[in-house]
Amino acid sequence: MNTTLSWIKAYVPDLDCTAQEYTDAMTLSGTKVEGYTAADRDLDRIVIGQIEQIEPHPDADKLIICQVNIGEKTIQIVTGAPNVSVGDKVPVVLDGGKVAGNHDGKMTEGGIPIKKGKLRGIESNGMMCSIEELGSSRDMYPEAPEFGIYIFPEDAEVGADAIEALGLHDVTFEYEITSNRVDCFGVIGIAREAAATFGKEFRPPVVTKTGNEEQASDYIKVTVKDTELCPRYCARVVKNIKIAPSPKWMQRRLAAAGIRPINNIVDITNYIMEEYGQPMHAYDYDQLAGHEIIVRRAEPGETFVTLDDQERHLDENVLMICDGEKSVGIAGIMGGENSMITDQVKTMLFEAACFDGTNIRLSSKRIGLRTEASAKFEKGLDPNNAEEAINRACQLVEEMGAGEVVGGMADVYPVKREPVRIPFEPEKINKLLGTKLSEEEMLGYFRKIDLGYDEAAREVIAPTFRQDLFRTADLAEEVARFYGYANIPMTLPTGEATTGKLPFDLRVRQVAQDIAEFCGFSQGMMYSFESPKAFDKLMIPEDSPLRDAIKIMNPLGEDFSIMRTQSVNGMLTALGFNYSHRNKNVRLYELANVYLPKALPLTELPDERVQFTLGMYGEGDFFTMKGVVEELFDKLGITAGRTYAPEGKRPYLHPGRQAEIYCGKIQVGYLGEVHPTVADTYGIGERAYLAVLDMPEVTRLATFDRQYQGIAKFPAVTRDISMVVPKEILAGQIEAMIVQRGGKILESCQLFDIYEGAQIRSGFKSMAYSITFRAKDRTLGEADITAAMKKIWNGLESMKIEIRA
Amino acid sequence: MKEKLQAIREEALAQIEQAGALDKLNDVRVNFLGKKGKLTAVLKSMKEIAPEERPAFGQLVNETRAQIENFLDETKKTLEAQALERQLKSEVIDVTLPAKKSSVGHRHPNTIALEEVERIFIGMGYEVVEGPEVEYDLYNFEKLNIPANHPAKDEQDTFYINKEIVLRTQTSPVQARVMEQGKLPIRMIAPGRVFRSDEVDATHSPSFHQIEGLVIDKNITFADLKGTLEEFAKELFGPETKTKFRPHHFPFTEPSAEVDVSCFKCGGKGCRFCKGSGWIEILGCGMVHPHVLEMCGIDPEEYTGFAFGVGLERIALLKYEIDDMRLLYEDDVRFLKQF
Repeated sequence: MNTTLSWIKAYVPDLDCTAQEYTDAMTLSGTKVEGYTAADRDLDRIVIGQIEQIEPHPDADKLIICQVNIGEKTIQIVTGAPNVSVGDKVPVVLDGGKVAGNHDGKMTEGGIPIKKGKLRGIESNGMMCSIEELGSSRDMYPEAPEFGIYIFPEDAEVGADAIEALGLHDVTFEYEITSNRVDCFGVIGIAREAAATFGKEFRPPVVTKTGNEEQASDYIKVTVKDTELCPRYCARVVKNIKIAPSPKWMQRRLAAAGIRPINNIVDITNYIMEEYGQPMHAYDYDQLAGHEIIVRRAEPGETFVTLDDQERHLDENVLMICDGEKSVGIAGIMGGENSMITDQVKTMLFEAACFDGTNIRLSSKRIGLRTEASAKFEKGLDPNNAEEAINRACQLVEEMGAGEVVGGMADVYPVKREPVRIPFEPEKINKLLGTKLSEEEMLGYFRKIDLGYDEAAREVIAPTFRQDLFRTADLAEEVARFYGYANIPMTLPTGEATTGKLPFDLRVRQVAQDIAEFCGFSQGMMYSFESPKAFDKLMIPEDSPLRDAIKIMNPLGEDFSIMRTQSVNGMLTALGFNYSHRNKNVRLYELANVYLPKALPLTELPDERVQFTLGMYGEGDFFTMKGVVEELFDKLGITAGRTYAPEGKRPYLHPGRQAEIYCGKIQVGYLGEVHPTVADTYGIGERAYLAVLDMPEVTRLATFDRQYQGIAKFPAVTRDISMVVPKEILAGQIEAMIVQRGGKILESCQLFDIYEGAQIRSGFKSMAYSITFRAKDRTLGEADITAAMKKIWNGLESMKIEIRA
Repeated sequence: MKEKLQAIREEALAQIEQAGALDKLNDVRVNFLGKKGKLTAVLKSMKEIAPEERPAFGQLVNETRAQIENFLDETKKTLEAQALERQLKSEVIDVTLPAKKSSVGHRHPNTIALEEVERIFIGMGYEVVEGPEVEYDLYNFEKLNIPANHPAKDEQDTFYINKEIVLRTQTSPVQARVMEQGKLPIRMIAPGRVFRSDEVDATHSPSFHQIEGLVIDKNITFADLKGTLEEFAKELFGPETKTKFRPHHFPFTEPSAEVDVSCFKCGGKGCRFCKGSGWIEILGCGMVHPHVLEMCGIDPEEYTGFAFGVGLERIALLKYEIDDMRLLYEDDVRFLKQF
């Protein structure tokens, strides 16, 4: 929504403030001004001059020398303009002034300075301007010539300020109007707010009775078949129409609002839409079959040609305006070609109606046609405003002599909208705001914005143009707005103290972040939705449940169309991005959800599981990644039964270099080297590694409880054991055996050498462990150790392991 | 004998004096005090001395020995000190050579900003709560006073899974979920990921993060909301920060406000970050709409409350002067390691 300052001042004549003051004050009282533009910001020293004499230029065929009277004197100006003659009154920029742009319409920020100088040897003391040079256009000033200097009417005062005469000493404000303030989508609504904000008198237009002795109802019959979609339909008739340009003041106001003046009738409808926020339509009365209007839903499959000459396809949800035989307009959106007014129109029908906002919005979307009118209607207009607006339009018709208004109005308004009455409870308002305002102060604010007050009933009466006021909280906002948000004190909540806390799962996540970062991983963020192609890139089989992903009905595109069921595509994409940007030794982690549907199509919310995903390439290998996982488990107190099972079931990982991670019987995640084909698909040119931990399970196992174990008082005894092991036996199996056989006195066992190759026969590997024993209550004797070692040996030999020493 | 002792003493002291190095000094010790040393030899010759002179002689030998030992020790200390000094001198390093850093990873700027916000509100007694990202329309809209066909529900803003289920467009549904549980009073913040159907560009992302705040108690006022957010702004952006509350409209609060903070880059003088205005818009807030309270089973006659929502990316972008939102989701380590 835009308005000019001058139009606001038309209804708040005492308003006296700078553009910046207006912007600040209006924003703080709730009518947010997004910005403003002064039409004259790049115009300076421009007066109305009259050409007294024209001579040819001695050295240039296309130039002429003009003597121009600028009031106090006559100056000489050389110009190349083709359209001036003696006696013309024109805008003249004097030496030292500036214009906004070039005559081709190109604007220059800051303006173009004009200096006196010589043109082909002849002195020129200024410049005569075109409307484009003044920063406007022929759209806004239709009387301006197509090429050449703007020419003022004969009654223009020589020497006067030309910027003033063109109405360019004005400021246009751009507002952000919130959807609840439908009344502020019209100049009158904003002016009312401005008057209240600045404490000035509000003087809206006074709409007088219009029309001849005839009755509109004798001309037109209006039937509304769906009063829910059309709560009110007002129609008035104007005959003996004289199409002509509208007066300058109206053209200026429309132009400043960005609306191109057309002719008096069209301009009046546009003017009313700006002024009252009420869209209007004018039909050629003689084209309305049966001289009747029927408001009904469109027939299924109906087509209609709108006045922009486009054929529109409609359905029964779209409301139509029809005459006795045919559709003549899409209600609230656009009229039809078949009834539009032309320069030959003799009698016309003015329509000011109120349509259901939601229906207009949905229809306009379905048809794919959003107009100024539909944008207004979709907000849901006040039916009582329609009558005021149509009468104002007729008043303008009479004032402008655009036609003869027929008396009366055809009005279908079955359920009159009544003002809302709200109990006035000043103590509740004070309690909600934390203020101590008096009743009188509050009532004063209400009066400023035309809210009524029924003293006997102690009720505030919200006029129907305020569709946002229903209860005390709404009144509290009105009080707060005009008391000033800034004047409300600042306090802190009192009452029962509460404990600030971070829930356990978030604490666990923070530990995961800390560990990842200590280990050199930086945090990435990936999208929650991705392309279904991800499954193919990851070589996930067609029948995998991972492919049962939630689909978004209206995605931004296929690449963002499903909710991810795994987090590795995002991670691999990020690694690939880094690789392609030549980043070395990249380590990334992510903590975010996967979305696992319980059933498809979705009937209940999916299982959202936070995944701790680690990805890396460069320095480090599988065991580096495993180390990060182990560090995390240590920090989270997850000690029991950590096992790594090489099940080889993840298709996107190297079949021989992946492990499922279990803690006891619970699977908490997996890790592995990225399958070379997959790495290649994602553009990662070296070995890459992934680990994924399912945080809900990790959280279930995690604990921050610790029990101090006394520091050992008795010495430890260490024995090394070296063996030749069949290749298929895993270190984990050997360690499990050592732990099982070592008994209570076993403190630890540590692999310190592993070798496969030349000296070892094929199918075997050499391994060496360092085994440490310690008792809590005594120094271990040789006998203890020998017995324990013997058991371990026997155990290992039962696994077909050959003990060497 | 006395003269002989005198001579040994003189000789020893002279040699100690000239030793100049610890190993030479040790040679001197062995030469004079060792088993075959000169002084030891004198002691061994005691049997040649008359018994009555032996005590006096013995004393003399011991005195001589003590003198030599003292001088040896003193000299040793001096030499050791000199040696240490030489060593330290020779070990001077160039402290401006590059550091050997262990390559610690970096938190995402969003998370850093989030943790700041969490820290501030936890300190004020708020609990951190999370809610689902795939959410029922009921919680995302209906219970927040956004009925069916409200323009905010338009397809152009909301990602739909089906008619009843959406990707949440705001963290506000967590408000409704927490209020419904009926445990009062409430002081909570709910950070999380939200989704809007915006194409990716320098200032838009279809997925971003918000932090919702909610306080419900008896006697909560708009003044409390102002005071709380003023505290928050000062904590987050510095003690000089000022706040400005502007009336606004949100369906689920009444009265509602948008809050600007004085620009923390220029202090309010006007710069490119605040587009010359001196103020930066950071959040929306208001008193919880009584109808929202009713829908969540809370009596608005007894309880009131306030709510606010902050855009996390907005804070991160402003705080770290990041000029393109896409950087937040590209995961380029050259970007991440700056935080």
